[in-house]
Amino acid sequence: MIATKTITWFPACRVEDVPANGGVCVKYNNTQIALFHFARRNEWYATQNECPHRMQMALSRGMIGSQNGEPKVACPFHKKTFSLVTGECLSGDECVITTYEVKVEDGRVYIAVEED
Amino acid sequence: MKVVVVGNGMVGYKFCEKLVAKNSSAHFEIVVFGEETRPAYDRVHLSEYFSGKSADDLSLASKDWYVDNNIKLYLGDPVKSIDRVTKTITSHSGITEQYDYLVLATGSSAFVPPIPGVEKEGVFIYRTIEDLELMTQWAKHSKKGAVIGGGLLGLEAAKAMLDLGVTNTQVIEFAPRLMPRQIDEAGSALLQSKLESLGLTIHTSKNTTAITGDESIKGMSFSDNTSIEVDMLVISAGIKPRDELAKSSGLDTGARGGIVVNDKLQTSDENIFAIGECALHNGMIYGLVAPGYEMADVVVAILTGGDKSFTGFDMSTKLKLIGVDVASFGDPFAIGGEVKSVVLNDSMKGIYKRINISADGKQLLGGILVGDAEQYNMLLQTCKNKVVLPPNPEDVILGSRGGEADGGAGILSLPDDAYICSCESITKGAICSEVENGAETVEAIKKCTKAGTGCGGCVPMIKDLVNYTLKAQGKYIRNVICEHFNYSRQELYDLVKIHQLKTYDEVLDKLGTGDGCELCKPPVASILASLWNEMILEKGNDTAQDSNDRFLANIQKGGTYSVVPRIPGGEITPDKLIVIGQVAKKYHLYTKITGGQRIDLFGAHLSDLPLIWEELIAAGFESGHAYGKALRTVKSCVGSTWCRFGLHDSVSFAIQIEERYRGLRAPHKIKSAVSGCIRECAEAQSKDFGIIATEKGWNLYVCGNGGSKPQHALLLATDLDCETCIRYIDRFLMFYIKTADPLTRTATWLNKMDGGIDYLRNVVVNDSLRIVQELEAEMQLLVDSYKCEWKEAVENPEIRKRFNHFVNAPEEKDPTVVFDPMREQKRAKEWK
Ligand code: SRM
Ligand SMILES: Cc1cc2nc3c(=O)[nH]c(=O)nc-3n(C[C@H](O)[C@H](O)[C@H](O)COP(=O)(O)OP(=O)(O)OC[C@H]3O[C@@H](n4cnc5c(N)ncnc54)[C@H](O)[C@@H]3O)c2cc1C
Ligand code: SF4
Ligand code: FES
Repeated sequence: MIATKTITWFPACRVEDVPANGGVCVKYNNTQIALFHFARRNEWYATQNECPHRMQMALSRGMIGSQNGEPKVACPFHKKTFSLVTGECLSGDECVITTYEVKVEDGRVYIAVEED
Repeated sequence: MKVVVVGNGMVGYKFCEKLVAKNSSAHFEIVVFGEETRPAYDRVHLSEYFSGKSADDLSLASKDWYVDNNIKLYLGDPVKSIDRVTKTITSHSGITEQYDYLVLATGSSAFVPPIPGVEKEGVFIYRTIEDLELMTQWAKHSKKGAVIGGGLLGLEAAKAMLDLGVTNTQVIEFAPRLMPRQIDEAGSALLQSKLESLGLTIHTSKNTTAITGDESIKGMSFSDNTSIEVDMLVISAGIKPRDELAKSSGLDTGARGGIVVNDKLQTSDENIFAIGECALHNGMIYGLVAPGYEMADVVVAILTGGDKSFTGFDMSTKLKLIGVDVASFGDPFAIGGEVKSVVLNDSMKGIYKRINISADGKQLLGGILVGDAEQYNMLLQTCKNKVVLPPNPEDVILGSRGGEADGGAGILSLPDDAYICSCESITKGAICSEVENGAETVEAIKKCTKAGTGCGGCVPMIKDLVNYTLKAQGKYIRNVICEHFNYSRQELYDLVKIHQLKTYDEVLDKLGTGDGCELCKPPVASILASLWNEMILEKGNDTAQDSNDRFLANIQKGGTYSVVPRIPGGEITPDKLIVIGQVAKKYHLYTKITGGQRIDLFGAHLSDLPLIWEELIAAGFESGHAYGKALRTVKSCVGSTWCRFGLHDSVSFAIQIEERYRGLRAPHKIKSAVSGCIRECAEAQSKDFGIIATEKGWNLYVCGNGGSKPQHALLLATDLDCETCIRYIDRFLMFYIKTADPLTRTATWLNKMDGGIDYLRNVVVNDSLRIVQELEAEMQLLVDSYKCEWKEAVENPEIRKRFNHFVNAPEEKDPTVVFDPMREQKRAKEWK
């Protein structure tokens, strides 16, 4: 049997709703997604909003930046950092956060969510 | 060749470690018997078990280590007999092993005086992890504790009782004073008063005659016909060398215990060695770990064909953990016509220091430190290495923090063969050469030499040595901010100013590389604020702020925020108090009086912050900058307006100061206080700058700190009028803002400053750099451009819209925020 997954591009907000080089939190049903506009590189990223360290809904409020070129976000609570590309914890913890695809069309930002 | 080691304690293990390190050709077969069920652990730090260390943390090496190094380890199986003719030993479980050499490292046990009743339940000794486990169990339903023994270990046991929650604990010492073997009478007296202030009750010259109770302990009675009620007792009255195995095998032992050894640490049987606390060398039992390690080293040298002997060891010690610094080194009691003693006895500060100096004033023979033992390591090395003392020997204890020289007894004057780490016997020369080989951090030095991995007391010296060596190599130790900026904060400050840069992106484009990160964004944002004092959330600088600055509030557990309105000098009207109460009620906030004389409201949802502040601002409040690296509070005492001792109006002056510097952003937060007289109720001497009224004006103190490493502020200038005082503060703060590293409080900044307080005074008071006019003008600019940033935020719709949890559902709050009720208020739900 082939499992099918449908990718839905769901409209999150408008480009100007997100601060340049910062993040916002997007509500998708009961899921919280952190959406980042990496304006310096003209890139967009999305990850889960929950920081796996202490289960805090906070990553969208963190500072973004890069480490050896790898884009990352630092949690406001204890400054653990996560790759925005792979979701891997760059501060050495054994945890990974979920990442989502993002696209921008006509000034609108869409996030790809999977549905079974 | 086969070596059997009896005892797997600290010294037995160190012997194995050293032998393995020298046993490259696998020449030796090693077998170890341990009576305890765990492999060797760090007994010295046993008490840290109560502050959260686990048995695993204390372990010196895992079982795998023994396997990996081909050591056969039998645990929980004590050796019961030695047959010296056939050279075999037999263990309790019946295992027999043949040996070529036998090493006895059986340590010691607690000495339990023959007091009737010692066998009762609730009476403990303090030696092994098992003892601690038993004590922890019993302490759960214990209220009144006692410790027999006021020596090094007894006091550590007393602290352990406090940690176990038995806060009503009494220490019973037989001698007329505490720690009689290490410190003199005056030192003991000070120590006793300090311990009493920790909550311990101390009895000296007290002889326990009976332990009373039925099955378990209920009380103790003494020879002076007094008695006390007690439900838990720890006996720590000294140690008794474990020489029973040696004795039954016919080896020589001392009358008062201990296995007799010569300088080669051989017992009366040349194939049997004894090391550590069980060995009696020259009539002496060494109850410390460092001499034991030295003994292990000697035996390893001898077994591997070297020539080394043990010629005694210094008994210098430092008491750890009790919350009072106590140390004694060299000969602490040296007296007589030939010896001069310098004594510093400051009962106000609770410091007692004594050094004993040779008749010619050149050598340090020993000494005692109570209340402040920071110089212990330095003094110990000065003493051991016979370093020539400076012309005024008292300089070495008067402490020259911030003064010019460090009394000539600095780390540089130590010879290369001076031991820096006594636990691992690592010399200054060894550390310096590793630094030269590229081990440029304390961590690297620990890895390659093991220095600093024992008791840890030498770590500050290692750090200094690393820095000195790097400096001597011409390596300039520059604290660059992160991978994106190859500049120190001070350089960046000057460059941003010269280039007139106003936003984080401009700074990064002009002076940095890449995209920035959480390490460089906050300092750069802080520099911009210190230079231009523009609204911190405008011009795209919002996302360069640390997240607390970005939302103008401190984030709390669960993701809500705190609200701290400014209450200058701690003075507040009844009407304003009512407003705070009303706002707290309306937004369901937890309220608490802070340690900074103001009120903190906790548990605000992000989207409520602008609403809350709108109401507070309408009532005349302003931001308290509790979230910023900025001026926090200027505490005041009530002063001359009401207080019968007050010399000047400290409240008015505190308000004036707080209003002058409110909103000022700096490398770290800044705190201040103003006291109306020397009783110092505002605690000004613990602040970054503190002001105390005198008959003639104000004394200005700078660079104090509370927090984790408290430090008293130092006097900068005396008897100032208000205006001069403010001018000096302007200069002082501006100089700090321009030159300190990120996240460096004024105290640390001064500690690292070449020339210390004298240099700072020259800059601020005597204008040695000819910059004070500029400093004053820069500060005036900041003072004049102050605006309340919360007022600006609530009035600016662009900024205001960022205060929502969901970008696509601004009216909804974060559903994951949960509170628990507590004492008629609420608290954040505990996180996982
Ligand atoms: C609320 C308060 C405790 C209280 O309930 O009384 C408090 C609470 C916090 N302190 Fe404090 N400190 C408070 C007085 C103090 C004091 C006492 C004082 O100011 O008189 C000290 C020691 C004095 C000093 O700073 O030298 C103090 C030393 C610290 C430190 C250590 C600073 C240091 O240099 O060692 C930190 C950590 C830091 O700043 O990096 C800290 C950090 C914090 C933070 C900001 C931790 C954080 O990042 O979340 C806490 C959050 C408060 C909030 O959200 O509002 N707090 N903190 C006090 C607020 C005072 C005020 O009105 O502003
Ligand atoms: C609470 C506490 C705090 C201390 N603080 C300090 C300090 O700050 N500084 C300092 O220098 N020292 C301190 N010490 C002392 C230090 O721990 C000892 O000097 C050190 O442990 C001695 O090592 P050792 O190997 O000789 O003896 P131990 O570590 O006691 O090891 C001996 C081992 O041999 C075992 N054994 C005995 N007989 C046999 C047998 N027949 N067969 C097999 N095994 C046997 C014992 O069970 C034990 O495990 C402290 C001690 C305690 C208890
Ligand atoms: S510091 Fe002095 S003047 Fe001020 S309140 Fe305290 S006792 Fe009174
Ligand atoms: S909760 Fe994110 S780092 Fe701790």
